[in-house]
Amino acid sequence: MTTVEASTERRWRWPIEIRLEPRLTQPAWLGFVVSLGAVALALVLGGIVLKLVGGDPLRAYRFMLMASFGNLGVISDTITKATPLILVGLACALAFRMRLWNIGAEGQFFAGAFGASAVVLTPLLAPETSGVWLIPAMMLAGFLAGAVWGFLPGFLKARFNVNEIISTLMMNYIAVAWNNFFIFAVWTEGGFQMSRVFPRTAWLPRLADYAKAIPEFRGLTAHLGLVIGLLAAVVVWWVLYRSKWGYEIRLIGDNPKAARYAGVNIVRNTVLVMMLSGGLAGLAGMSEISGVVHRLQGAISPGYGFTGIIVAWLAKLNPLAVIPVSVLFGALILAGREIQPSGLPKMIQGIVLVCLIASELMIRNRLRVTFRPVRS
Amino acid sequence: MVPHAVEMRGVTKRFPGVLACDSVDFELRQGEVHALLGENGAGKSTLMNILTGLYRPDSGLILVDNTPLSFRSPRDAIRAGIGMVHQHFMLVPSQTATENILLGLGEPRFWMRLRQYNQAIAELGEQYGLMVDPRAKIWQLSVGEQQRVEILKMLYRGAKVLILDEPTAVLAPQEIEELFKTVRTMAQGGKSVVFISHKLDEVLSIADRITVLRKGKATASGLATRESSKAELARLMVGREVLFHLEKKHRAPGEVVLAVEGVDALNDKGLPALRDVSLTVRSGEIVGLAGVAGNGQSELAEVITGLRRLTRGRVRVHGEVMVQDRETRGDDTLVRRMIDSGVAHVPEDRTHVGSAPNLSVTDNLIMKGYRDPPVSHGWSIDSSVARSQAESLRSSYDIMTPSVETPVRLLSGGNLQRVILAREIGTRPKLLVAMQPARGLDVGAIEGVRRLLLEQREEGAAILLVSEELEELMELSDRMYVINGGQMMGEVRQADAATIGLMMTGTRLADLPASVGKGP
Amino acid sequence: MDPIIILQAGVATGTVLLFATLGEILAERSGVLNLGVEGMMLFGAMSAMSLAVRTGNPWLGMLAGMFASGLLSQVHAIITIQFRADQVVSGLALNFAAVGLSLVFGEGLSKAGALALLPTYTVPWLNQIPALGPIFFTRQSVMVYIGYLLIPLVWVYIHRTRPGMHLRAIGEFPAAADALGINVARLRHFYVFLGGMLAGVAGATISLAVSPGWFSELTTSGQGWIAIGLVIFAQWDPVRAAFGSYAFGALRRLILDIQGPTVLLGLRNPFYYNPYWGFFLQMIPYAFTIVVLVLGSREAMRKRLGSPAALGFPYVRGERGL
Repeated sequence: MTTVEASTERRWRWPIEIRLEPRLTQPAWLGFVVSLGAVALALVLGGIVLKLVGGDPLRAYRFMLMASFGNLGVISDTITKATPLILVGLACALAFRMRLWNIGAEGQFFAGAFGASAVVLTPLLAPETSGVWLIPAMMLAGFLAGAVWGFLPGFLKARFNVNEIISTLMMNYIAVAWNNFFIFAVWTEGGFQMSRVFPRTAWLPRLADYAKAIPEFRGLTAHLGLVIGLLAAVVVWWVLYRSKWGYEIRLIGDNPKAARYAGVNIVRNTVLVMMLSGGLAGLAGMSEISGVVHRLQGAISPGYGFTGIIVAWLAKLNPLAVIPVSVLFGALILAGREIQPSGLPKMIQGIVLVCLIASELMIRNRLRVTFRPVRS
Repeated sequence: MVPHAVEMRGVTKRFPGVLACDSVDFELRQGEVHALLGENGAGKSTLMNILTGLYRPDSGLILVDNTPLSFRSPRDAIRAGIGMVHQHFMLVPSQTATENILLGLGEPRFWMRLRQYNQAIAELGEQYGLMVDPRAKIWQLSVGEQQRVEILKMLYRGAKVLILDEPTAVLAPQEIEELFKTVRTMAQGGKSVVFISHKLDEVLSIADRITVLRKGKATASGLATRESSKAELARLMVGREVLFHLEKKHRAPGEVVLAVEGVDALNDKGLPALRDVSLTVRSGEIVGLAGVAGNGQSELAEVITGLRRLTRGRVRVHGEVMVQDRETRGDDTLVRRMIDSGVAHVPEDRTHVGSAPNLSVTDNLIMKGYRDPPVSHGWSIDSSVARSQAESLRSSYDIMTPSVETPVRLLSGGNLQRVILAREIGTRPKLLVAMQPARGLDVGAIEGVRRLLLEQREEGAAILLVSEELEELMELSDRMYVINGGQMMGEVRQADAATIGLMMTGTRLADLPASVGKGP
Repeated sequence: MDPIIILQAGVATGTVLLFATLGEILAERSGVLNLGVEGMMLFGAMSAMSLAVRTGNPWLGMLAGMFASGLLSQVHAIITIQFRADQVVSGLALNFAAVGLSLVFGEGLSKAGALALLPTYTVPWLNQIPALGPIFFTRQSVMVYIGYLLIPLVWVYIHRTRPGMHLRAIGEFPAAADALGINVARLRHFYVFLGGMLAGVAGATISLAVSPGWFSELTTSGQGWIAIGLVIFAQWDPVRAAFGSYAFGALRRLILDIQGPTVLLGLRNPFYYNPYWGFFLQMIPYAFTIVVLVLGSREAMRKRLGSPAALGFPYVRGERGL
């Protein structure tokens, strides 16, 4: 028997009813497919916006594809852009796993660049020091500087429950100003807004330098930072899924109350994870300074810290998945440099994230379509 | 023919994976008190949620005053004169009783001038014997008073049908008597009352007629109370002869495992929750803690397991002082120390405290043991060891799950509790603090839990059992403490429900007439 | 370094923060955390300026800013209320998207042409009050006066009206409101919309009144985030929000002015002679926000009060399996 309407007048109802029901099982491929769908949807929406401002979406996308994967040279450039993204993506994925919303990766990146530069410019090590000592020293300094930058918001959160989103964000602005001071006032070179160029020993070697025999590789920009990033990805993966600490992190992220009940020290973990996250982002800063820019200046990041957030989310916080996603976004950033309007890459990134979040609905639920008679 | 206030015919409701209501017939006569009986998960709440417009039935007919109606939202049901008082009160704590009662109504029009409303509500309260201060904020009211606000909320809206969902769960025996009086007054005043419960004694005492649900089906519809008995109702509820008593061997308890000495503690609001509380638990015995919910049991359990700081006194495990008031700030390692000393804790809140919903069964099972071999060595966790442990626990504790990698949120309440018990008991604890371990489980699972507790008692564990079900405590405990208002009212070995009831409402054992109860 | 000037400018700049903060207070009180304030402000600034330049009418620009941001906020509303996604991530996503959209749509806006600004007024008689007059009532943009009116309006609405009571209820205990027939989802959409609109007003106030022009992301330079911090400091109260906003505005002006004179408090002004110290001054508002957050959080912890209880959690009626 069907129910009868409360009101006496007949009401016309849609013949199709679409409802969402929670899924009972989640096949492994579901997440991947849904994310793919989200990215596709984002590209479509981005294309629509582009059309609205008078651009040609298809041409723009084709251009971007060629500009990032069209030949070996640009592929290398894409990888170069992806390198810091891997590290920042790892930083964000690690923190987000514990529901620590580290939005300060950009500032920690700058801090890391500062730390690495300080080794060379102060100088903490003599300029004649061989690269074998200098590079690891810069790495350490970059990591530590980033870790310090992550420590403060972590501590404030652990102790006073200060919202880490805002505190890390504020630290971003502070980091930029801090670096600027040193760039303009302390380490300035000839009155320009940048430091002097680092000595050769402080440059991260290019990967092509290890394959000098192959002529096609000459001049390719990809540098050792990539290796650092890949190693870091493996380490973070191991920590999260195979170590005790990683178990605690995942437990806290899933249910902090249960973690407390299990005797996990949330305060300590909050601070440690923020420091490690900051350190990874700082390492990204060091990698960019030493591998690409070779000096300290104001413009060292097209927003890597923020893109890293989106990379982490698209990779579903999985450290290994961060790698291919970083390449994708590295391509986006690279190709976006020469495109009009200049805000396009940022816009696409933002829309991708929105679509991604909206699409998560489809991972937890499925549609149920039922047909009903038009009139009851 | 006595008019029917409400009739539900053939109502069916499906949720993903479960048939909550299966073609249920239910009729409520005007002016009667009709009990809806069934164990947890039988479908009583779902059925009534359909009647109050919270859910839409998949099929079936609902008639109110012989008119077929369909509700699209709670508002429709309220407009039809049907009101429900939920088990968990739906009151905004920071607002006053009047504001809560007026919530959702079209009045006052715009400006909040409440004086006339305060008065009207006070008068309504007097009419039905529901005394409460309309201007008090909800967080200032006692649980019994809050319940009165909930009832008034419905009466104010002109509800003719009142549905009370497990109303006695949070009341002390004396308050229950008052509630029953109120219910009878309302029925005499022409209101029709549906009384949802799983407690046979109460149902037999208050109801005119009874409908019994079991696994979504009505096994008895509109049975007259006079013509029924406790045994028959139990059979209708469960479908087989229910064992009311489990085998409990007499045992001489061993040494003192847990000693709580003069403990004071604050609750989350900063108000005193425990005052000079002391108790002991020896190995090989089950000590019960009786009391109406919200009188400090949760806080006491939290102090013992290290989740809450105490402000005075100390807690000893095996004679060693584990907790005292000079704990340093921010000492998150207290819980850890308790766990390491062999203290196991089955928490009140399975889903929000006792488990991590998106992690697998395995991950949940190693929650207490992940720090030590063989599950982990040095820094890393050996996943194959973890998994094999999980598999063996799964079979010994009968945990029904597609696999040990399934996220725990997909498990039913009973199975989740089995996971938690497997985890806590599997470590052969010296002290087990069990908070409401059988709450919300079906009879089979409840039996299983009780058996497990008795087994642990045999093996020499010291068990502190906190429960709201007096029957359960009386059955399982060797000794019982009673707590009220954060203070110990006394300790009893054998006493009847009346004595304990008096203690639960604030009378100390020492102040009771000597003929009742025996002290330690 | 005239204190009157600093406070006067402070009120003006603070008004921007005020609108954004009040809007977010309304949204959060209904239970929805919207972290996209910065992006919505930027979008509002861009839309307002675009339309103002095109039509020559700043009021139309203001309307454009309001509704553009309001509309954008509904994306977040749908995702968090209907789709029940996590409010934090959705807000961040909205922020990125809004910033991106603002940059794309605002391409070339800085060279767009003449910009008609919103009018400024001086209130006769009130501007004669010593100290207060020149600060609050002299040559202030019309938006500043609207801001003054908004503060008591919002307070009275929240605490003394029936819809305000419903607002508080859905933010504290949506299940109770729902059981009584209040449409929680619809109301939350509404308040998120209001929040978005006010963020748009804030942005439009920047581009059409306080700091006219378009400077890409620097137009807002983090004020949206400061506003979110101020909400916590204000403990969700409009009056405290006003106090915080104006104080911050004054701070920003102070930082600018302090670099000007050669003599400061009778001593050589270090900020004049070391212009690069200005970078440290730049840090102050952001560092201050952190301090404000710490104070606000400690107070919340102490009083055991804090956010509307249901803030940040999607409301599920219980049908979909909790």
